[in-house]
Amino acid sequence: MDVWALQIFNGVSLSTILLLIALGLALSFGLMNVINLAHGEFIMIGAYTVYALQQAAIAFTGGPMADWTFIVALPLVFLIAALMGLLVERTVIRFLYRRPLDTLLATWGAALILQQLARSIFGAPNVQVVAPLWLGGNLDLGGDLVLPFKRLFIIAVALVCLAGIYWYMYRSNEGRRMRAVMQNRDMAASLGVSTRRVDSLTFALGAGLAGVAGWALTLIGPIGPSLGTFYVVDAFIVVILGGMGQIPGTILAAFIIGMFNTIFEYGTTAVVGKVLVFTLVILFLQWRPAGLMRLRSR
Amino acid sequence: MINLLSRKLGLGRPAPASGSGVADSGPILSPILSVEGLTVKFDGFTVLDSLDFSMERGEMRFLIGPNGAGKTTLIDVITGKARPVRGRVIFDGWVDLARRQEHDLVRLGIGRKFQTPAVFGSLTVFQNLEVALGFRNSLGAQMRDLNAAGKERVWHTLEQVGLTSQAQRKSGVLSHGEKQWLEIGMLLVQDPKLLLLDEPVAGMTRRERDRTGELLQRIAQERSVLVVEHDMVFVRQLARKVTVLHLGKVLSEGTMESVQQDPQVIEAYLGHSKPRAAPRATPTEESGGGLRSTVVAPA
Amino acid sequence: MRVLPPPAFLHGWVARWCLPALVLLLLLAAPAVLSGFRMGLLGKFLTFAILALSLNLVWGYGGMLSLGHGVFFGLGGYAMAMFLKLEAARDKLPDFMFWSGLTELPIFWEPFRHAWFALPMTFILPAALAGGLGYLVFRSRITGVYFALITQALALIVSILFVGQQPYTGGTNGITNFRTIFGFSVTGAGTQLAMYYITVAFLALTYLLCHWIIASRLGRLLVAMRDDENRVRFSGYNPAVLKTAVFTLSAGLAGVSGALFVPQVGIISPSLMGIVPSIEIAIWVAVGGRGVLMGAVLGAIVVNGAKSLFSESFPDIWQYFLGALFVGAVLMFPSGIMGFFRSEGWRPGWRALTQARAAVLKK
Repeated sequence: MDVWALQIFNGVSLSTILLLIALGLALSFGLMNVINLAHGEFIMIGAYTVYALQQAAIAFTGGPMADWTFIVALPLVFLIAALMGLLVERTVIRFLYRRPLDTLLATWGAALILQQLARSIFGAPNVQVVAPLWLGGNLDLGGDLVLPFKRLFIIAVALVCLAGIYWYMYRSNEGRRMRAVMQNRDMAASLGVSTRRVDSLTFALGAGLAGVAGWALTLIGPIGPSLGTFYVVDAFIVVILGGMGQIPGTILAAFIIGMFNTIFEYGTTAVVGKVLVFTLVILFLQWRPAGLMRLRSR
Repeated sequence: MINLLSRKLGLGRPAPASGSGVADSGPILSPILSVEGLTVKFDGFTVLDSLDFSMERGEMRFLIGPNGAGKTTLIDVITGKARPVRGRVIFDGWVDLARRQEHDLVRLGIGRKFQTPAVFGSLTVFQNLEVALGFRNSLGAQMRDLNAAGKERVWHTLEQVGLTSQAQRKSGVLSHGEKQWLEIGMLLVQDPKLLLLDEPVAGMTRRERDRTGELLQRIAQERSVLVVEHDMVFVRQLARKVTVLHLGKVLSEGTMESVQQDPQVIEAYLGHSKPRAAPRATPTEESGGGLRSTVVAPA
Repeated sequence: MRVLPPPAFLHGWVARWCLPALVLLLLLAAPAVLSGFRMGLLGKFLTFAILALSLNLVWGYGGMLSLGHGVFFGLGGYAMAMFLKLEAARDKLPDFMFWSGLTELPIFWEPFRHAWFALPMTFILPAALAGGLGYLVFRSRITGVYFALITQALALIVSILFVGQQPYTGGTNGITNFRTIFGFSVTGAGTQLAMYYITVAFLALTYLLCHWIIASRLGRLLVAMRDDENRVRFSGYNPAVLKTAVFTLSAGLAGVSGALFVPQVGIISPSLMGIVPSIEIAIWVAVGGRGVLMGAVLGAIVVNGAKSLFSESFPDIWQYFLGALFVGAVLMFPSGIMGFFRSEGWRPGWRALTQARAAVLKK
């Protein structure tokens, strides 16, 4: 029983990270009809930002500050990843709005450049971010059920981010403009919404969220230049399963994929788990080709 | 299996009586198309409301109605794009069209033209028709060139739609009107029994519209044609029989003159029917929409 | 700057037949002037050219961007490698199986002893995978970006699956250390030369096959599906069947290229079939010119030639260059090298960019 509770907990933990990554993809697909293959690199940028900040803190102040850099890094991670997102949007994606397949290739080019940049700056081998001491403990719920603080913390941060996104989309003026452009770009434009601005902001927001996911991943394991590639493919599957560009569908799909991945992985191996999830998604699409949610229109 | 079964059931059923008063040249057998109690809902919103509709063989029927009346949805159901909640569509007297795939419907003899012209832009005009013509060929047969009879047929169709001189041009560079004709040609070359045309003259100049009118009249001599149209001048020029849809139901049916006199139709178009329209109105469904009231009002 | 249009003779039949004939002559003559090492490289590039042709068929003509063609290449390669490995091991267990603690040959390896089984399998295995996946995917009308992402996921999954099954697939190292092929030493100069000519022959055959298809009505139908799949459907065709057929054929050809690759390079491993190598195939096609058969061939040779020139001496710079190539080929030269041989010349690329910019500025 406890084993299963632990698996569910791990699943939720993976799901929230997947969700942070997939939300940006879903938003930019819903808005601009483009998929950004460099999205994984924003994760990597987020992770390395934490690493760089921590290294700097250690170099300048010695050990004691390192714990706090991890928290201080969060807003900075979001900002830097968002700025990088803005850069990619302005230099590449902007020119390819109606050519989604070409966008795939061009953003892959951007991804290669960003990865190599990371390799040039931080070296090819993986590096490790030192987790703060106060995240080192476990929440002991009795029995075999021991929940690491790290993962609890990640879930909490992801939930806060989600709440923030919800507020942004449904309570702020910017969010209202974004939804307007999503529903009808031409109409929104003719009503005076600056679609360019909305596109850029949304893309930057998605990149920032991916950065936060990278920040969270530094708690789980070592980081390397191709950190993003591994996670981002799962996020693509989430977005496909959720129904491209559908936020509620994306949330549901992230939890389904996260859960199934963890459960299958527990039952078999990580690899077989992935194969099973992929097969199930393909079979599910036979039944509902548009994914979990879709907007019906005439 | 289910298809087979329903086909058999369809066969056993007597063809519904048609209320058509318009005489047709051909022998009157079962109607080419009969729609029975068709209900279609989108997210709970009723687009077609137990619609009954029927069309004779060789008839050219015009379907008009204010925006949101359900005209395009009706065509969508016939061509398998939308699924009904209730009711059925019987084609050619015995084929139940439920749950059939689009390409299957074409093979049965139903051709559909979309609102915006859909042609293959990177192929030449000739090749567009060639692709349309080859729809009964197997994969292997596609590896061989069109035979002489096929080529002849393509040239004949090109002549019919007036694109002979454009045969070798890429269809992507054609004018809007020419693309519409090409698409009609692509349907014609397949020799369908029933042709569904969704706003064939939208966006055309007056000359193009007149030519399209002539084309349709010639086409209609050999097959049944159902035209959804907003352009009332065009409808009045060609229509022998008109069906007015409103809020998913048939509001009125008959000659253009009789329909125009129908107070219900005038009301629907001029939007005085608030009590009826209001409960169904949604943001995309403002009743009466792009009112063409001026053209529909009795001349 | 005014760009001169290319001379009229460069397009039409010249591009279609004279250029390929010229390339074929050069390839046949190459062994006379190239060193053994360069020959080996060229032979490898030619297998890539076959691979690029296969992707061009589905992407350049059919508009289906497969980011999983590395998998099909790899499956063909593995089928060939299993055959060669069993030949090298003779009656013993292949070395990596022994190291991973296997005591007897897995049952599915057994038939790969025989050339009559293994060689057709280099085509059939990838074709079967593509056919199965393709039918499911196309049947549920998954197109465009969705298709690309699903094939990319396939690339990831199959490559990690092969890494994970160390005893059966050789894991990360893949399958290597071959000795002989049909009794001839794999590394022997004569064998290598023969393999080179066989590759040239297969390249020519693949080219002709692709040409035959795209010049037929089926080819036009393929282009029609790229332009407007819905219209094709409403013209009485079932696009799922057509697309599956073409995707299957393309995967089979990719498998053949993998099979030709293995004896020349001497290894097949999961790193040749993952996400990265799969998407690189697309850039060969894009650089050469998608939707032109010769473009795929030239693109594969040129990009890989540049890669081996640069990446040996400046691996870092090569990565930046490759990244820039992806962006540049799409943004500025969408018609690739072959664009020059067509009536448009280089201009549309620049025009596309300036137009895109103008459109953005207008918004």
